[in-house]
Order: sequence, then C-alpha cells, then structure tokens
Amino acid sequence: MANICPYGRFTHAVVRGIPESFGKAPHDEHQNGEQNGDASVDLAKAQRQFGCLTGALRQKVGLQLIEIPPDPDLPESWRIEDVVVIQGDTALITRPYKQQRRTEAEAVRRVLSELGLTVVEMGEEEGGSGGATLEGSDVLFTGREFFVGVSSHTNRRGAEVLADTFRDFAVSTVPVCGGARLKNICSMGGPDTIVFSNSEGAKKTLRMMEQLTDHHYEILTVPEEAAANCIYIKGASKRDFLIHRPTEEAPESTAAFQKLQDYTLLPTACSEASKLGACLSSLCLLINRKHSFF
Amino acid sequence: MTTEAGTETEVKEKAEESAAQPDQIDQSEKAPEETKEVVIAEGDKKEKEGKGISRYLPSWLKKQKSQTQTSPTKDDPTSDEAVGNETEQKEGAPPEVNGHAEEEEEEKEEEKENSEQVNQKEAELKADVKEETETVREEKVEEEKSEDKCAKEETKAVPEGEKTEEQQKELVKETSEAPAEGEKETQTSLFQSPLKLVRKNKMKLVVCHVTLLDGTDYTCEVEKRVKGQYLFFKVCEHLNLMEKDYFGLTYIDNHNNKCWLDPTKEIKRQIRSNNWQFSFNVKFYPPDPSLLTEDLTRYLLCLQLREDVACGKLPCSFVTHALLGSYTLQAELGDYEPDQPKPLDYMSQLTFAPNQNKEMEEKILELHKSHRGMTPAQADAQFLENAKKLSMYGVDLHHAKDSEAVDIMLGVCANGLLVYKDKLRINRFAWPKILKISYKRNNFYIKIRPGEAEQFESTVGFKLQNHRSAKRLWKVCVENHSFFRLNAPEPPNKARFLTLGSKFRYSGRTQAQTRVASSLIDRPAPNFERTSSKRISRSLDGAPVISITDTSAGENGREPHLELNSDSKSSVHGDNIYVRHSNLMLEDHDKTQDEVLKHQASISQLKRSFMEAPPPSPPQPNLWEKRITSSPATIRVQPQPVVTVSQTETSPVEIVTPEPKEPVKTAEVEIEETVVVQEVSKTTKPVIVTVEKVPSEPVVKIEEAMTVTEEEKSCKRESVSSESESEEEAEYHPNVSISISHTQIPEEKEEEIEEQEKQVKNDTPADLPPITQDTPPAEVQEVAEETKDVVESKEEVVVVEEKPAAEPEMEESTDDPMVTPEEAPNGLPLPDDAPDATLEEEPKMNGQPVTVETVETERHPQVICCTEPPVVKTEMVTISDTFAAQKTEIATKEVPIVHTETKTITYEAAQLEGNGDAEPGVLMTAQTITSESLCTTTTTHITKTLKGGLSETRIEKRIVITGDCDIDHDEALAQAIKEAKEQHPDMSVTRVVVHKETELADEED
Repeated sequence: MANICPYGRFTHAVVRGIPESFGKAPHDEHQNGEQNGDASVDLAKAQRQFGCLTGALRQKVGLQLIEIPPDPDLPESWRIEDVVVIQGDTALITRPYKQQRRTEAEAVRRVLSELGLTVVEMGEEEGGSGGATLEGSDVLFTGREFFVGVSSHTNRRGAEVLADTFRDFAVSTVPVCGGARLKNICSMGGPDTIVFSNSEGAKKTLRMMEQLTDHHYEILTVPEEAAANCIYIKGASKRDFLIHRPTEEAPESTAAFQKLQDYTLLPTACSEASKLGACLSSLCLLINRKHSFF
Repeated sequence: MTTEAGTETEVKEKAEESAAQPDQIDQSEKAPEETKEVVIAEGDKKEKEGKGISRYLPSWLKKQKSQTQTSPTKDDPTSDEAVGNETEQKEGAPPEVNGHAEEEEEEKEEEKENSEQVNQKEAELKADVKEETETVREEKVEEEKSEDKCAKEETKAVPEGEKTEEQQKELVKETSEAPAEGEKETQTSLFQSPLKLVRKNKMKLVVCHVTLLDGTDYTCEVEKRVKGQYLFFKVCEHLNLMEKDYFGLTYIDNHNNKCWLDPTKEIKRQIRSNNWQFSFNVKFYPPDPSLLTEDLTRYLLCLQLREDVACGKLPCSFVTHALLGSYTLQAELGDYEPDQPKPLDYMSQLTFAPNQNKEMEEKILELHKSHRGMTPAQADAQFLENAKKLSMYGVDLHHAKDSEAVDIMLGVCANGLLVYKDKLRINRFAWPKILKISYKRNNFYIKIRPGEAEQFESTVGFKLQNHRSAKRLWKVCVENHSFFRLNAPEPPNKARFLTLGSKFRYSGRTQAQTRVASSLIDRPAPNFERTSSKRISRSLDGAPVISITDTSAGENGREPHLELNSDSKSSVHGDNIYVRHSNLMLEDHDKTQDEVLKHQASISQLKRSFMEAPPPSPPQPNLWEKRITSSPATIRVQPQPVVTVSQTETSPVEIVTPEPKEPVKTAEVEIEETVVVQEVSKTTKPVIVTVEKVPSEPVVKIEEAMTVTEEEKSCKRESVSSESESEEEAEYHPNVSISISHTQIPEEKEEEIEEQEKQVKNDTPADLPPITQDTPPAEVQEVAEETKDVVESKEEVVVVEEKPAAEPEMEESTDDPMVTPEEAPNGLPLPDDAPDATLEEEPKMNGQPVTVETVETERHPQVICCTEPPVVKTEMVTISDTFAAQKTEIATKEVPIVHTETKTITYEAAQLEGNGDAEPGVLMTAQTITSESLCTTTTTHITKTLKGGLSETRIEKRIVITGDCDIDHDEALAQAIKEAKEQHPDMSVTRVVVHKETELADEED
C-alpha cells in the first residue's frame, strides 16, 4: 500500500498552545477525581513543559513544527490529538465526546488542508454517525492496523466511521478499562513495538489486542501507567527517537526504556497535562508529508 | 496392461456390446451359466480347486498369466498418434500439477471415463471390429495363453491399419482388452447387472461455460458425470496455468449462493441444475504473491483482485484505489504517453473502484506517469505488493449472527477466522487456536484452545442464515485451514461411525505443497496476453517474446505419448520433465533418466489399468475419496475399543523396495504396478507423517448416530459422495500438527507406521469408550482376510447359514502382525442376533485352529482355498443381557450348553502378492451397517485401510440366514454373491467364507 509503511516516519508535527484557560474546562464527569482540582494545575509549568516538548520535536527529532495559537475560548484545544486522526494523506476530523470541543477542529482543519491532506469529516449530517463519538487519544495506529479503544469518550459507531475512512487497514475495537483512554495505557514505542502499562486493565486490553491482530508486536511493559504513553518517531537519519516521561514522573519505568537498543531517549515532562488526564501524545499530531507517491 | 484392473470395465463394455449386438451369445449364455454355476458351487465346495465358486469370482482373482506382451502392442499404435484430444488433456494437465497419488488417480479416473466414452463410440461405430474381437475372445476362452493372445492381436492389428485414426485408437484398446474379456466372458458374466447396461448408454456430453478472470468465456464439452476436477483441469490447461492450486471454479447454486465446485465430486451432483455455468476464481489468496513462481499466476491473481477491488469486495481507500489503478494501467497500457489522450477515454471505460470518479481517474493517471519503464509483470507485482497489505485481502466474508443475535460477519482467511461487526474487527481466531470447527444445522461452532490462564476449551457458536450457509462456511474453513496451515491435506475423516455429517476435506494441495511444486516449474516463462492491452507479457527478466500460438501448441500438446510408451525410450521428450515435476514432486530428484522413465512407464501402467477399471458409476467417486482417506490420522480420533483383527494378510503391493518385487511370482504387470505404488507411497509420505503427529484425541466422537435400516447401499453413497443437504452437521479438527518433514525416507515411514500401530494397540484398551460395551463383539470382529490390490478394492461376502441363532463367527487370525481397531457400530440398533453374537467368545476359541488354517492357506497362491474344518462343537451360551455377556466372569458352565456343528468353507481369490513381508495396512475407517429382513441379517462392514499411501476400501458383508428348515445353502450363496456384485459393481469379490452352524439337536442332552 502506498501508505502502508512501518510506523514512525513523520515529517511534520502540529501542536496547539496552552491557553490561559488551561485546566478551566467545564467539569468532565468522566475524568477521575485526581484531576478535578483546578488549583493543582500550574499554567506556567504546563506551558514550560509544552515548550520542552515542541523543542524536542523540532530540534532533537527534526520535525517541521506547526504551532496553532491557543484559543482561550477552547480550554482543551491543546489536546490536539483528540480532534483528528491522521494516517498517510487522510485526516479524519473526529467527533469528540464533549460537545464544546467539536469546534476545536476548525483551526486544525485549515492547517491540515494547507498541508495537502485529504480531510474527511465524521459528518454530523450523516444520520448514521449521529451518535458516533471518537477521540484521537483512543486510537492507536500501529502502522499496520488501527486499534480503537472503546472508552468513555469513544464509541463503536465512532470506530466504524474510522474503519470506513481508513479502509486499507484492519480496525479492531478493544475495551479500555477504568475510565482511561487507550493511549493512556499504551503507545507505539517503535515500528513493531508497543509500550504497555502493567496495570490490570491494560493487560486486559493487551490480551484483546493480541487476540485481534494478525501481526506480532514486541511489547515493552512499563510498571507505571504514566510511562506507557510515549512518542516514537523515526528521525531523518533513521534514528529512533522516543519521547517519554522523565524519571521524576515515572521512576520505575526508566529502566524499561533503557532496554530499547540504539534509541535516542528524550525524557520530556508532562506532569501538568497529565493532571487533566492527558499525556505526551495528546499534545501533538504527527504527519508524514514526504510520501513517495504524492 | 493390467487385466486385474481392467476387468470391470471390460465386463461392462462387453455388456454394452452385447446389448448392441444381439448376435452375441453371452447374454443368452448367462442364464444357463448362472444355474450351472450354482450347481457347481453346490457340488464342488469341498474341492480344492473350487471350480464352481471360481465362476463367481472375477477372473483377476485367479492367478494371472503374464500379459506383459500385450502392453507393447497396445502402446505402440497409440504413441504413434491417435490419442484423442481428451486423452491428451488428461495426460497433460493433471500430471503437471499433481504431486499426489490422489490426483494421479483422479486423473486416471478421468481417463477411465474417457476410455469409456471411446468404448462407447466404438460400440456404435464399429460393429465389424467387434465381431473380430469377439472371435478373438472366443479363441481366448479356449486357450487363454498370453502368447496366443498376442498373436491374435497382431493379426487383428492388420485390418485395423485401414481404419480411421479414431477407430484405430479404439481398436487398440479393444484388442488389448480382448484377452481379458475372453476370460471374463465366462467367468464374470454372471455379475453383470442390467443396471450397468442402462447406465452406460446414458452418458452425455454437456457444454460448460466458464467465465475466466479476464471476463472471457471458455466453453468446453465435458461428460455429464465428470468430476469438478476434470473441468478445472481443462480450464487450467486452457489458461496454461501450472500453479493452479490457488484457484478454483465457482458456480451459483439454486439459492443464488456462490459455491466452490468440489473437485472430487461430480459436477452434476453439485450444481443441481442444468446451468453449467462456472467461473474461474482465486480460491486461496497467496499471502505473499511474490513467492509465486510464474508471472502468469500473478497476472491471474491481479485480474481477480482488480475485480475484487472494483466491486468493493476488497475495500480500499481512495489513495489505494488510485495506486492500484495506476499499476493496472501500467500493466495493460505500458508507459504513459502524454501525446495520446487515449488513456483518459480508456480509463473511464475501466472500473477501478465502486465509486470511481473523475478525481480518482486523474489521480490514477498522475500515478501512472510515475511508473514509466515498468514492465507489465513488474506492474502486476507492484499491484500485488500493495493489494496484499489490504486488511481484507483474501478474507472471505460470511454473514452470521453471534450468540446474541447481533449481525456480524465471519471472515475466513489464511490466518484464521475473523469476526467483524460492521466494519470493525471484534474478534479473531487464529488457526492454531482453533481445535475444532463444526456445524450443525445453521449453527457454526469453533472450539477454542484454552489460553494460558484458562483451563477449559471454549466453544463459540454463530448462527448462520441456514444450514447451507453454515456448511458453506464450514467447508471454506476446512479448506483454508488445510491449505494454509497444513503441510499436507488431511484425509477425509471417515472415522465416525454412521454420522451423517459431511466427510468433506480439502483434497488439493496445500500451500506448502504447491510452493514446492511451483519451485520445480522450469518451463520457460509462459507467454500470455493481457486482455485489454493485447500486449504480450514479458517476464521480469525480459524473456524473449514467443508467439502465443507457439506456446499453446507446445504446452498443450505435451506428452501424449507418455501415457502409452512404457518401454520405448523415445517417449522421453523434453516436455516430459514437467510431468515428472508434477507427478513425482515429492520424490528425490537425483534420479537418473532411466528411473524417471521407469516411473513414467509405471504411471502410465497404472493409468491404463485405471482406464480399464470399472467405469465411473455412482460408486466411483469413492475411488477418489478412498485414496485421500489415506492417513492413519483418523485412527487416533477413532477410539476403537474392541480390538479386532481384520487386517491380515499380505499386501505385497506395499513393498517399498524394488528388490522384493522380483521374486513375486505374479506377472510382470504386477511388478510394474508395484513400482507405481512405490512412487505413490512416496508422494504421499507427508500424509503418513502427519498422522504420526496427530495429537491423540481419545475422545469418542459419536454424534447423533443415525438409525440405519435397509438401504445400506444408498446410505453409504450418500455419506461418501454426495453433497446431500441432509448433511446437516460435520466437524473438523484442524489442530493437526504441521511439523512435517518432506524428506522422509521410506524406511522411516514404515517404522513410523509400525510405531503408530503399536500405539494404536496400546491405546485401544485405554480408549475404550463405554458405549462400546453394549456392542456385541461379534459385530465388530470381522473376518480376517484378504488380498490387497492396488487398484481395486474388494468386497468380501460372508455368507453364513445358521440354524440356531448362534452367531456365525469367522476366524480370527492370530498371527496378524497388526491389530487394527475398528469402529464399533455405535448407536446402531442392535441386530437381532446381537445377543447371540456375544456368545461367540467361546466358539471363537474353539474355532481358532480352523481359522489359523484358513489364514495360512491364504498365503498360497492357489486360486481357491476350500477348507473343511472338523466339526467343531461350540458352546452356546444363551444370555439375553448383552452387558453381562461381555463380562469374562460368566461361568459358561452354569448356562445351558448347546452344541452346534460348525463348518467353515473359505473361497478366496488368489493372492496377487503372496509374500509375508507385506506391510500391514493401517485402518482408516470402518463402518458397519446392518439391515435385517425376516430370516436374514445382513451386516455390511466397510473398512478403509491405508496401505503404503494407498487406501483401499473393503466391504465385508455378513449375511446371517437363520432358519429352522433346510436352506439351500448354495443357492443362498450364489444369490448373495450376485447381489453383492450388483450392489458394488466397482468392486470385486475376493473372498467368500461360508460358515455353517448346525445345532446338533439334543445330542448332548
């Protein structure tokens, strides 16, 4: 397939700045209790951490970084991963669970169109997908197939729309336990490697994924759930970069990342965003615009 | 030429002739003969020579005279030319692909059918020729010397020369068959059933329309009763396709479902309509098309995928549509040419996608430009590289409902079974995880291997629309599993007794086998035309382009001579090499040319014997299945409790090393056959090994055993060869180990079989399922017997006349090297004499000496052995409780003792193979059907045995006649044999045992 190639090749990253309203979003009944204290979120720290991430993406990994300015009216717009699922040249604008988040996609849509991606809408106009919800942080693309976590934010209908959009790939649904999001418990750690949390719920999801897949993936198990979300990018010189949580945030998991051979590890803090249930990958969209056929 | 194999056909042919020609005498002769024979039978029973009974036996049972000289005579004219197109095709196409004995046989069957056709024509066209033949025959009857035969043939050959080619060909056949017929005439005419006469004349040709992948129609004529494989081979030959195992023919059934044509079954029975319309399709999508050997195969796969993509069966994204479309253009049109606007017009005529639009076409063109310089073959390869990655590549979807009645789709593919809800994959069962696949009515079940954490296997059930869809899905699963997961196909499971379930198994080659086969293809890349472009393909390395007509002539016309030239070196032409590849695929390849020649000769020998073997009447489909059966695998599955000896005697056919062959006192013909067998067994080696590794599954599978009353015959046919809708359930155990080595040496194989046998022996008691407890041993204990013939299977008629209700126990051969478990008639209503049967333990012991004696005599090549044992007093234990009878503790003294007189007379066919080093067969399946009438109980015991890669079906029919008054034994016997012969016209009677027990009235008391 023109667009089936090993996971990790990206040329661009799209991010959206942390707004003043960071952490002031209307209460999300699905979020865990630990995150709802607004006072605990440090805006400045969050912005610093955001800066570190974008810096790593641009300077260390060498991606072209497109930063969409923050919109104070959209307190969660920095979670840019949720609003769009991109694979190859196709970008599917999702329907986040929260109504107020659905306008976040507008700015993103523009950027993606400028990048030449084929933007596909989930289309509220289509009666069928009326009840469909889908958020990017519930979608794990492995380079070969999609796993969609059926969670509090993503339902089966949403997954079906995704399957209809990315027809070349198998789209499997897996359960996500404990109110988390799929990407909270796992992420890609290499072309054939999935980093997985060691929690019970994550194990259950992992078993399901193993059952559903035709491929064999290496599983890197990390003891802390926070560490399970990483950003893997195969850089320009075929170097493997892994952006992961630093030792301070996931002390037990550092050793696990050390096992990855010849990786350039980029510890990047994400403590403030994670207080809101987000993680490293929530903050950026990764795009590959150097397609051999286009 | 092998008369043994040929007899049946000849008989029929003869019958036909006689029908056509009233002046022939044998019809009128028959009636007197019959009576005469009965008389003789009566009188001569005790005679050593058994002349009377020999009349009931097919001539081949008698010691054959060497007829080797006839072979050349037959061969020469045919090799000259005169081989009909059909023969050519059969000779050409099947060997190419086939590495299997089974396929070889299939081929032979086809040939047989052909020869029948020919014979038919002959009957119609050449009355005068027949007359000649008849005279020859008559002479033969008198003399019966092979030399004389030859002489006669020669004299005959002179007038033949003047005939047309066709006639000549026919004549050749006729002459070569003549000697056998001569013998036959008197000896077997009795067995001719009028049915056969009718059947023979009904043969008709039907026009088949096959839609090929490029959309063109291929039309051919086939005989109405031909099997699926025949048509398939014809199509493959038309396409010049060698890697054909990935493909198949489909038809639309009465319910508008697309079904795969089973190659092993008659087309007519499958399509069930007069619409002989098929389409040629990819059946197994190779996961990695780059591993295909030939560009032609890849091209055909491309055509299929283009269609799949265009109709939406293989969904893909816009980008992928565009990319695939661009490769199609490159393959069909070559490089993009900017000055020609042609592509655009052309494109809108082509369908690349279900929702094709201008945008897509532009994209396709844009991508097409980037493929400049790519050869068609390269473009096809690229197309496939991209298509194979699509998630639905090779997934065969079936509508179903899950246990909660939610609509889902079940997708069968190379890796396993996928479960989709809408477009989402919600579950997946890889083949290794599936222990059993079954269906029952409209339910489809898979049994899942327990995971690490789980303790018990679970069964997942799905509901399909109806039982037809359930069965279709099940079949597809069985086939896909076998093809992709096994190294060698699993033989049909006939182990279960009287379950009406489908015995369907994948019969073709597995992917592993076909890969081996294709790696051996060494023909120059075939040239073919890409339909729309009319461009001639070049292979990737730029092989020179040859004109298409040249190729087809070269490829299609291959080795017509091969079949018939057994000894002339001239038959080794370049083309033969392909035959070798295909036929002997699995054998070692460092054979000398001479050896190859020999093999070919023997193959043609075998072919010929098949040609002359029984015509493809209804029972014939079995022949094919029979062969496939051959894997002891079933043995494990079939937990045979009651140890029974049934498999005795010699089967020199199985001799593996050529040396022992020489001393065999039978004619050269047989030796040649043996060579064939040797090859055959080699090729099937993997099967045998598979068996070895089958994980033992001691569970008794008894599912809804059906009550079978009368018609054992139809019953059997049904289960063996029909697509019957009544097969509402079936199961399949896919967890056959796949670790099979292709490089086993024969010695190892033998050892393994022995081991297996031992295992079986050991396992037997342990596996004894409770259900067998109520099975009278007598039912299971079958007469130990008999001859093995490579080609023919035989039927044993056991006629027992019995005055008291005592069970006519036959002998048990103690010196049997192998103990074969047999299927107990589980779930069968016990026959009337069942309780009596249980009493037989004692009598059996008493009768043992008799038995041994009989067995001994079988070793000798005498035509007929007739042993009159001393009168044996048997103890009759009258116990009504079957269970109790089983118990050994029963004190026989406490029950009334009835003394009976027992007399056993054995008539048997000469052993074609008399030496004792025969490899014992391995019992594959056994089946017992009982039917009762007023005073007779007929027990038909059908066993299938594997011997050195060949399977053989043996039917033992035990007829117990009970009566107080005197029974005309001989008449009963004659009648029984006659009936048996009529019921199984394709089989021959090898042994007749008459066991008479007469109660010695009140002698003791």
